[in-house]
Amino acid sequence: MSEPILAVTGVEQRFGPFRALGPVDLVLHRGERLGIIGPNGSGKTTLINCISGTLRPQQGRVVFDGVDVTDAPPHRRARMGLSRSFQIPKPFTGMTVLENLLVPIDQICPSGDAEDRAFAVLESVGLLRRADHEAAGLSQLELRKLELARALVVQPKVLVADEAMAGLSEGEIDDVLAILTHLSATGIAVIMIEHIMHAVMRFSTRIVCLETGRVIADAAPEAVAADPLVQKVYFGEQTRH
Amino acid sequence: MSSRETAMDLAVRRPGRSPSAGRRSLVFALGCVGVLALGVVLTRTVENPYIFFAGYVVIQYVAVATGWNVLGGYAGYINFGPTAFYGVGVYTAAFLVKAMGAPLPVSIAAAGAAGALLGLAMGWMTLRVQGVYFAIATIALVVMAETVVHNIDYLGGASGLALMPPQAPAWAGGQPQFMLMVMLAIAVAFVAAARWIEISAMGRALRALKASEVAAECAGVPTFRLKLIACAISGAMLAIAGAPYVYYASFIEPGTAFSLALSLNAIAMPLIGGKRSWVGPVLGALLLATVQQAASVTISSELNILVVGVVLIAFVAVAPDGIVGIVEKLTGRRGA
Ligand SMILES: Nc1ncnc2c1ncn2[C@@H]1O[C@H](COP(=O)(O)OP(=O)(O)OP(=O)(O)O)[C@@H](O)[C@H]1O
Ligand SMILES: [Mg+2]
Repeated sequence: MSEPILAVTGVEQRFGPFRALGPVDLVLHRGERLGIIGPNGSGKTTLINCISGTLRPQQGRVVFDGVDVTDAPPHRRARMGLSRSFQIPKPFTGMTVLENLLVPIDQICPSGDAEDRAFAVLESVGLLRRADHEAAGLSQLELRKLELARALVVQPKVLVADEAMAGLSEGEIDDVLAILTHLSATGIAVIMIEHIMHAVMRFSTRIVCLETGRVIADAAPEAVAADPLVQKVYFGEQTRH
Repeated sequence: MSSRETAMDLAVRRPGRSPSAGRRSLVFALGCVGVLALGVVLTRTVENPYIFFAGYVVIQYVAVATGWNVLGGYAGYINFGPTAFYGVGVYTAAFLVKAMGAPLPVSIAAAGAAGALLGLAMGWMTLRVQGVYFAIATIALVVMAETVVHNIDYLGGASGLALMPPQAPAWAGGQPQFMLMVMLAIAVAFVAAARWIEISAMGRALRALKASEVAAECAGVPTFRLKLIACAISGAMLAIAGAPYVYYASFIEPGTAFSLALSLNAIAMPLIGGKRSWVGPVLGALLLATVQQAASVTISSELNILVVGVVLIAFVAVAPDGIVGIVEKLTGRRGA
């Protein structure tokens, strides 16, 4: 297999004396569909923050596309093709939904047809009608879609979706899964963090399970689902869905 | 959804953005030329020199408010010490006039460079800390700059400095007329620059980081560098606005160069007018400064500061998007 698009080795993130993550090793191959599961507070978002650069881990290295980016600021990683959405939506308020998508296009892959590309992505997530609306006026659900749209409009090499489907209806989950599957078919590697089990099981080619900041399983979906340890820490206490 | 529109439908239906944006820029450019032409006509026809002195102050505030808004409005970093930059501009020009009788363009260029450097230094040291610490640091900057001037005898120290700036060119029709035209040209240039920032990718990136620095970073915006650039541009503009004062007044002192009133006005005008677009600072400055000039005969400057402060608080509390925001709400549209 070719060199992985993303390699995390020995990453450890502490908040004061509290170790929220690690040490964690993780490899993501090109075009792969990786699901990350784990109970609340197990360090999934923290791991994504270390990968995207919004946190600087105390230990370990992050190598993206063959380049050690551990000390690179988030914008440089984004420009290299690492895209993420936020679990708690962070819309660019004070501008329209369309402009929200133009920001990453401006910075990462400016082109003359930027607006057309933005419109196409807005359509695919069902936000086309909201294109000219102020982002602050969107519903919580629409904000999640905007998060996803803003992350994938730049055709990244790796897309990390942090609970992009929370609160969506079954039909909308299917829509988002179709979008992500299509993206993956074009060679984009996708990391999906999700509590919605059937979605992550259906989508992923491999699943990693985190528990108190450590990887406790890393295998094919069926194998992870059958893992007694995973069942104990995760399915056992999972009452949310 | 049966009536779901496709991207293409909307793309075709929506008004062609580029042509209409181009048209708006053309109208704006014509407006700028019109304002400058009006200035020329007025300086040739109006007899009362008081108009020119008062007009200079009002237009200077348009420049100051516009410069402040590049950082305070677009990036959302409230600089509480705009007079530090303005004062540095004044004293850069004063130094050059005293040392070598520098002509106005030289002073303006030097003041702009000094203001940009000071802006970079301030940004470099303070932008890593957000919120209240940034505000405190900008206030400290005024005290520092003023203290430095107080202790430089060559610049007149605390008692001020009388200067003999070069006279206005003959075609200008007199020093007050000339200074008014200079300040008008500066203000128009600033407003045009501010508008350009606003409609460019830079403006979009600034709005993005104002909304969420983390999300902007993850969208590829080099937030720290962008904030530094905004600090430098804003600092340069504020200092440039101060440089002509030496040629306008011929006497300068730290009290006026670093005045609290100017700081307060520079902040209040964009906040009252609306800090999201270039229109706000212009509107706020014209309104507030005109009222102040008209009332300065009757009320003291302390009362003036008090009134501005109260109006400012009222706007921050009730209409955070200023007059522009109120108008947009009333007409039900968000203009560009
Ligand atoms: N900035 C921070 N400061 C202090 N503690 C933090 C910080 N961010 C996360 N934590 C803690 O680190 C742990 C892991 O949090 P994280 O957000 O990564 O969990 P998660 O797996 O994403 O959970 P969820 O499924 O609820 O999103 C939690 O105990 C959390 O309280
Ligand atoms: Mg999380």
